[in-house]
Formats: sequence, structure tokens, C-alpha cells
Amino acid sequence: MIKFFLMVNKQGQTRLSRYYEHVDINKRTILEAEVIKNCLSRSKDQCSFIEYKDFKLVYRQYAALFVVVGINETENEMAVYELIHNFVEVLDKYFSRVIMFNLDRVHIILDEMVLNGCIVETNRNRILAPLFVLDKVAES
Amino acid sequence: MQSSLHSKEIFWRKELDLQSTNLVEVCMALTIVSQIFPREMIPAVLPLIEDKLQHSKEIIRRKAVQALYKFYLIAPNQVQHIHDKFRKALCDRDAGVMAASLHIYLQMIKENSSGYKDLTGSFVTILKQVVGGKLPIDFNYHSVPAPWLQIQLLRILGLLGKDDPRTSELMYDVLDESLRRAEINHNITYAILFECVQTVYTIHPKSELLEKAAKCIGKFVLSPKINLKYLGLKALTYVIQQDPNLALQHQMTIIECLDHPDPIIKRETLELLYRITNGHNVIVIVQKMLDYLKESKEEYAIINLVGKIAELAEKYAPDNEWFIQTMNAVFSVGGDVVHPDIPNNFLRLLAEGFDDGKEDDQLRMYAVKSYLTLLEEEDALYPQKFLQVMSWVLGEYSSLVTDVDPEVILAKLHSLLKKTFVTSETKVWIMAAVTKIASHTSHSKTVDKLIQEFSNSLDTCMRQFAFELKHLCEDKALMKNLLPFDASCTDMVVDASLSFLDEFVSEGLGRGAAPYKPHHQRQEEKLSQEKALNFEPYGLSFAASVSSSGITGRQSPTGLSFGSDMSGNSGETGHKETNTLKLEGVHKLWGKEGYLPKKENKVGKENEPQTVSCGSLLARQVGDPSASQSDQVASLSEEDKEKQQLASTLFTGLGSSAGVSLMGKADTATQKFKRKSKINETQNSEEASDFQNSAASDFGPLLDTVPINLEDCEGNVHTRLRKVSLCSSDIVEDNLAFETPQSLKKSGLDDRLSDSRLSQSSLFADSNIEIFQPSPSAHCESASKIPLVPSLPEELQQLTHSEVVELCQSDALALYLCKVWTDDSLLLTVFLSNKTNSALNAVNLMFEEAEHFQILESPTYQFPVIEAQSVERCEKRVWMDKICTQGILSGSIHYQSEMDTRLEFSVTLSLLDFIRPMAMTTEDFGKLWLSLSNDVKQNIKMSPSQDSLSAALNTLQQKLKLHIVDIIGNEGILACQLLPSVPCLLHCRTHSGMLALWFRSPCSALPDGLLYQCQKVMEES
Repeated sequence: MIKFFLMVNKQGQTRLSRYYEHVDINKRTILEAEVIKNCLSRSKDQCSFIEYKDFKLVYRQYAALFVVVGINETENEMAVYELIHNFVEVLDKYFSRVIMFNLDRVHIILDEMVLNGCIVETNRNRILAPLFVLDKVAES
Repeated sequence: MQSSLHSKEIFWRKELDLQSTNLVEVCMALTIVSQIFPREMIPAVLPLIEDKLQHSKEIIRRKAVQALYKFYLIAPNQVQHIHDKFRKALCDRDAGVMAASLHIYLQMIKENSSGYKDLTGSFVTILKQVVGGKLPIDFNYHSVPAPWLQIQLLRILGLLGKDDPRTSELMYDVLDESLRRAEINHNITYAILFECVQTVYTIHPKSELLEKAAKCIGKFVLSPKINLKYLGLKALTYVIQQDPNLALQHQMTIIECLDHPDPIIKRETLELLYRITNGHNVIVIVQKMLDYLKESKEEYAIINLVGKIAELAEKYAPDNEWFIQTMNAVFSVGGDVVHPDIPNNFLRLLAEGFDDGKEDDQLRMYAVKSYLTLLEEEDALYPQKFLQVMSWVLGEYSSLVTDVDPEVILAKLHSLLKKTFVTSETKVWIMAAVTKIASHTSHSKTVDKLIQEFSNSLDTCMRQFAFELKHLCEDKALMKNLLPFDASCTDMVVDASLSFLDEFVSEGLGRGAAPYKPHHQRQEEKLSQEKALNFEPYGLSFAASVSSSGITGRQSPTGLSFGSDMSGNSGETGHKETNTLKLEGVHKLWGKEGYLPKKENKVGKENEPQTVSCGSLLARQVGDPSASQSDQVASLSEEDKEKQQLASTLFTGLGSSAGVSLMGKADTATQKFKRKSKINETQNSEEASDFQNSAASDFGPLLDTVPINLEDCEGNVHTRLRKVSLCSSDIVEDNLAFETPQSLKKSGLDDRLSDSRLSQSSLFADSNIEIFQPSPSAHCESASKIPLVPSLPEELQQLTHSEVVELCQSDALALYLCKVWTDDSLLLTVFLSNKTNSALNAVNLMFEEAEHFQILESPTYQFPVIEAQSVERCEKRVWMDKICTQGILSGSIHYQSEMDTRLEFSVTLSLLDFIRPMAMTTEDFGKLWLSLSNDVKQNIKMSPSQDSLSAALNTLQQKLKLHIVDIIGNEGILACQLLPSVPCLLHCRTHSGMLALWFRSPCSALPDGLLYQCQKVMEES
């Protein structure tokens, strides 16, 4: 099961966070800070999975941006690792350039892909379908 | 408040959106519903969501299924009636909808895999199609077809095939194909392969597949890609318990991973080693773990690993010295974050010892000596827990070491007491140790000094100890008596009834003191006094008395629940407490002889969580045990040789090729420190009593009456009624004893008598298939062989009853059953018909103990003789003990004809068998309603056949045996009770074709169960 999904930049600022299990707001800040500290402290030749407390972190770095996913032990690390990439590919397809000005859209995409801690959709066209409809409504 | 109102509004908006025809709106509404949704609003939107399952657009159907998954997660019983819709979703023509339903199935199969075995074939076919590339091309990810879907399916198959050879058989082919297909070198195929390997090793093994999976693991482990290596180690850890040889194949890789620069890889490797530890390699593996601990700073990792080391040390320790040293390392490294079980277990081990007394003393002596050396160092900082362990051991066993002056030990403890870093809890432990040591020394200057010092301490606890010590020192004989040597394991007798206080009590009573009343009695009296003032009919105390009656069994002032009743028979012998160390936190202050000063080993043993960083402490402790091993390794200069050596020590005792052992001993590993079974027993009994306690609080009235009734085997109806009413409140007493018999006949039973044939068959047709619809062939057979179908005696004929059905039969005997729904219980009438031409002797009927049911009187019945061609009858009264919608009561018949024969049978009982109408006035209903806390609400659709409220209520009355209290406008109230006396109230309201049901009951499971029955009944009609 996926516990949370984070996008953090190299300076440690959280760009996007989505929790699939209840975590107190103030605890979130601490958790995010520790998570990014853990990720930043690792070099490129170390493995992308970190054991952290009673769960695991799977992270992937894209330029200055880290995508970190917290999972429990029943989840398949490699599948989540690729899910991150799939997510980034979807973002890539939808946004022509900078994504961080359209965070609401990113949220919609993420909600299409992950729901209640489960991977629910990975088909790129289907993930984007409702978003395209929305855009059309906005245009007209 | 504001925000909750606000969110309510949002949800109502969503409901509107759900009814909208705009695709985007519906889509967004469904997404919201499947993310955050309050449990109590599910009934309102469930019908809308169900409609959406038939929507023409796949995206809507898919999202509706996702919403149902959310509902299933937060309230499984509210969607249990639409399981067939899940199946429809699984068979949906669109792959996306099907994939969404898999989440629900994974969850349901996790909870109960046996219920879904029939779907194995479907899952296999789906996986085959996915693997075969039958899905549309846009499901591919890097040209792998729907990889996450494959992983999901593999997980489901693993759960289904576990320990089930027949089901596993079905999936071998597709697993083989998956392993074969996933050959492209891409991360996502590795993810699929990993899942595949796990599934192959989870299901019933097939050697061919295992071989392929093992090859796959090998590829992972050897891969230069670090992520893959990690995955390989994880897979290896998973499979290694079943196939230790696999570890031997990869031993060199594992050794390399042990020294890997990445700590995560190291930790995963240690996890793997932990699984293959045995008596031969324990020293090396524990050493590696301790090495890792030295570098680790993360608290969670330390706790985890320290626990593992302690476990391994206890299980496989080769000698005393090593064991004590390792435990020292554990305590000093783990510090105060270690799990409290670790010091407790360690001390218990020391105290209880093993079979060999001499060995025990050696272990204890070694422990004492090692602690003395540790305390030698002046400025050493030890964690509190470690100090506590030390002081307990020194106090108990320091006298074993004859060559050390007790004065020296006392001086050391004294200096510890003055240290600032020692917490007050630890000080108490130290004081206890001092007292114990003082008891077997003649006269000690240090003790005197200590008494003087702490007699005016600001810490009251310490002052108390100092005074106690002072008085004890004045009477050495008493002190010796109180603190016998090595008696920490001796059983103590606790006089739970506090008989020694009898005199005091009678004296008090003689002087005119009021007799003691238990809490619930006082409360009842208080309430009844209020009633006298109010001049209002009293009927409110139900909830209060229910909750308080659960407590009555636990008045034992020692805090230990012996289940003893306190009704004045204090002459009974004290209960034996078998395991003194389990009594942490319980201060045994009173014994038969009067006041008992605290036994030292229990003082202050509550393990308060204390966080003290102790990373710096670990280095020193760890050094010693490694000495022998590191010497050995150091002598070999070449690095490779070193690794070889390490490998051979690590993997000794594994698999068939255990011969590689260089330093391993020849003898097989035996568990050195075996726990004594005694502990397990007490733990079990404790668990059992805990369970009882918790059960008692849930089902107060049920459990409290049952034990009493078990005792009187006659099962006299009058006494039972009286006893039931004793523990329930007035209102129930009235209902049960006086009103119920009449009202039952009046309102429910008489009606049903007339049409009982019809309503019964429809009522029980679905839940009791086993009984009510015997296979036609069996029926004919029995009819032809037995001319006489047994029938009920006249007095029972008048009550409502089911048809007589056959349960089982053999050549000689046939068994029939008839359920009779009496006012106070379910009467199971069993007929035994002897088909032979000779008499059968000593026929024994026995019901097995069932989780949910309680058979009043005894569960067995013996017929001394059953004459040829005749029928005998026996009756058993049954109550429902734990609420369930349906349960099975099984039993067996044992008789002797030519040989011993045993016939087994089972009876399906439904919740409805135990529901009876409960007559009351509208006023009483209102009061009781307010006093009940557990409620469940649900809207259900009304079928056109019962469009009016009264029609619906009549259905409920007839089929569920509810009593209609009143009907006002479009609202109706009904009441019923679960035998013997748990009420459940129902409030119904109709609005626009829906029936809103609202249940309340003191028992939380009852409304859920009844709701389910209501839904079923309403759907049928």
C-alpha cells in the first residue's frame, strides 16, 4: 500500500504532497523534512529504496526534483519505482514545459493514478482523458 | 462544528452532482466520493453509485467501482449485499473496470481466501490474456502489457494458491508463461518477475517453477544494478526459509553485500542472515549485526535489530560467557529504547534457569562478575534499563560469588545512587538490591551510611526505603525470612478473597457501619431514589446496568481477575499465582499473614519509556565477544580467503552441504535457553482471562448469566428466568418474567402459528439451506427406509417450530432435528431413530463447543438404550453467545453396534433463531432509545409490493420477529431482543420510496447483524 506521495525540490521545499493515511499536519512537516534529508544524503550509486521507520521510501530524482513515495512492506518497490516514472511521463505528455504553475492539474493526474493507496490507473490516455475534457469545458 | 457543517454541504452537493447528467461532474463527484467520504453517509449515496455501475461510459463505471472499494474499506458490512455486483464488474467488457474491481477482490481474498477459490480460473484467464498481449496497445508501458495489473493478479493468485495444491495446479501454466515472457531488460519486467517469484514460492510448490524462480533470483542478486540487487536480496530473504540451499549458492554474493557501502543493502543482508541463523553460525551473525548497530543512528533500526539479536542470543547461545556478553552489548547499545520484553525475558531466564542447577549458577555467577567489572569503571554511563538489570542480578545472585566482599558491591551501588544521571526509578531498583544484599551480610558500614543519608532525602520513595531498610536491619531474622535467597521464582499464595480482613469487617459492622455495596448496586439504588423523587415510571437504567454488570466479576482488590465472586465466602483457599515475574505493576501488599513488604524484584518494574541517546556507549561493550572470531579471521592475510572463511562460518549448518563448516561444531544445534512451558501456560491463561474480560464488557448481560446457568444442569426454567432478571434491570425483568410470555403469544407467535409453514420456509430458506432443503435423493431414501418420521410431542407442537429434517444417518441410526423457537431460548430437538431390529446401547450425543453459541446445561446427552425400530428424543437449549449472522454448531453421535461408530453432523443457526419480539410501550421505547449508544442507520429501497409503511413493517414483524411498538404517520418503531435479554430498537421512516432504518442497541454488533437481515428480507419480498 502506498502511504504518501511527495514531490520535493533539492532545497527541501515540498512542491506537492498527498497522504493516503491520516498524518497530523504538524507531523507532516517533520516527516517531509526527514524524508528529504534521507534522500539527499544518498549518492547516485546507492539504491533507490530506503528503509525508514516502519515503512519504506522509494525515490527518484529528476533534475532538481525528487519524487518520493512512502510504502509499506507489502508493496513491490520496483513497481512503485516505475510508477513514479510513469507519473512523470504523463506529466511530460500533458505539460509542454514547466509543471509547477499548474499544481491543481498535477493533483488531478495523481488522483487518477493513485487512490486510497492503490495504483488504480496506469494507462496514459485514460489518465489524461478527464483532464482533456475539463480543458475543453474551460475553453468554451 | 462549522467545518463539519461545511463538509456536509459539500457531500450533499456531491450527491446532486452524482445525479447530474454531465459526465465531468459525475466523474469528479465519484473521484471525491472514493477519496474522502463519511461512513454514515454511505447509505444515502449507495443506490446512486450502484446505478452508475450500469453507465455506458467505462470511466464512470470504473470510478463507481473505485467508490465501492472505498466503501468496502470503511464499512464492509454496508456493501455486503452487493457482492454479485463486484462479480459483474470483474467480468466487465472494459479492462479498466475489471482492473478496478481487483482491488476489492484483493482485499476480500486477504481476509478470507477460501471464499473465492472458485474465481481462480477467471483470474488465471485474465492474467493469460494480459500476458498474451490481448489488451489494447495503450495499456502497454514500455512495451510491457499492463504491468501493474499483472502484479495485482499475481498477488491475488498467491493468496489463493497458498497451502492449496488443487488451486495451485490451475496457475502453474500461467506463472510459467509470466516467467518466460518477462525477459526484456527493463525495470518494470523485474518488478513483475519479483512478484512472480514471490507467488511461486507462496503457492503449493512445483519443482520446475521453483527452479526457474531460483534462477531468476540468482540473476537479480548478481546484477550490477543496485536496485536489482536489493530486490534479489529481498526475494532471497523471502524464500530462504523454504530452501536454505539457495543461500549456499549465493553465499559469496551475500558476503559481498555484507560489506556493501550502501547501508540499506547491508541491512537487507542482515535480515537475510537472521533468517538462516542456527547454532553454528550465531556468533558470526550476531557479531555482524552488532557491527551494523555501531554505525546506525536511526532509532527504529536500533530497536528492530536489538530485538533480533536478543532473540538469537537466547535461542542459540553456544555458551554462558558469550550469552552474557551479547546481552550486555544489547543493553548498552539498545539503551532505553529496547523493547521492555528484552530485559524482562533476560531476567526471567536467569531466575528460572534451566534443567541443570549447576549450569544456572555458573551463568548467574558469570553475569554478576561481568557486571562488577562494568561498574568498576568510574565515569561509564549506562542506560537506565541496563542499570536496572544489573542491580537486580547483583541483588539476587551476588552472594554466589564468594571471592568478592559484599561490602565492595554495596559501595558500588551506593556510589551509583549518588550519580545524577540515575533516574528515580532506577534508584528504587538499586535500593532493592542493597536491601537484598544486606539481608545476608552481618553488619555493613555502607548500609548504615546509606540509611543515614536517605532517611532525610527529599525523595519520599527513597526515604521510605531507607526507613524500611533500617527497621529490617534491626531484626535480621525477619529480614532473612522476608528475603530468602533465590526465591524470585517461588510461587506466592495470594489470598484473593482477603479473608484476613473478615475480622475487621465484622468489627466494623458490629459498630454499625453500612455493609459494602458493589458499584452497580449503589448506582441502581441512586437511580431508584431519583425515581421516587420524580414520581415517573422508571425505565432508563438499562445502559448503566449493562455496563456495570460487566464489572461485577472483577472486584478482586489485588487487581488480578480471578473471577472469584465476593459473596462473603472468604474461607476459600487463596489462588496460586504461578509466575511471579508476570506480576509487574501489581503490588502485592497483602498476604495471609498480613502485610507483605514488597518483594524486591518487582519494585518499580514498570518500564516507562525513556529516551536517552546512547550511541556513544556501544563501542566498548561490543569488543569482547568478537575477540576469538576476529583473531581467526585476522590470521589469514588475503582478502578473498577472509571472505571464504566468513562464508564458511556463516553458512554452516545450512542445507545438505553443511560440511563446509570450518569452525562449526559437529553436534546439531539445540536451543540452549529454552523457555519453560510454565510461562506459556500462564500466558495462555492470562490471554484467556483477558479475552473474557473484554468479552464481558461487550456482552455484559449475556456472559454474566451464562456461567451461572451452566452450573445448574437441570435447566429449570424458573431459576433461569430469575437469574437473568437478577443481572438485568427492572424493565427487562418485567418483560421477561411477566409480559413476554403473553405478548409473545399475542403479538408475534400466534400470528405466525397460522401461517408458520409458509413464513418459516421463506424465512429460513436462504440461511439454512443445509437443513431445510435436504437433497431429494436423501429424502426419498429416508422415506423408504423409515416409515415413521419423528414428530414433536404435543406440548412443543404448540410452539413455533421448523420442519423436522434429517441431519445424518448411518446403517443403524438416523438423526433428525427440529428447531423450536421458545420464548427464552432456541430449543434444538434431536430425534434418534434406531433403524435396526436390535436395541442400541449407550448412545452418546455430544455438541462441540462453538464460538458463537452457548448450550445451556451440558452439551452431551446419553441414551442408555434405544429400542429396535423406535425413536428417542433429546432437547438442548441454545443461546447466542457472540453475535454473528450465521454460525454452525457441530456435534457427533457415538454408539456401539458391531463396532464403535461415530456420526458427525452440523446445524446451521442464524441470528434470527435467537431474536424474539420485545413488548413495550411507546414511552418506554423513548427512554430506552435515549439510553442506548450504538446506532446504525441505513436507507433501503422499498419494493413496489410493499409500498406502504405498514406493509413493510408487517414484513419485518413476520420475518424477523420484531414487535411493532407504534406507528405514527410515516414513522414506525419496533423492538426486539436477542436472547436472553439484549434489546435492539428500530426506528423506521419512509420517504420517496426509501425506507430509512435506524437501529439502536447496547451491543454494537447486534444492529449490524439485524440490518443485514432486514436488507435481505426487504430484497426478497
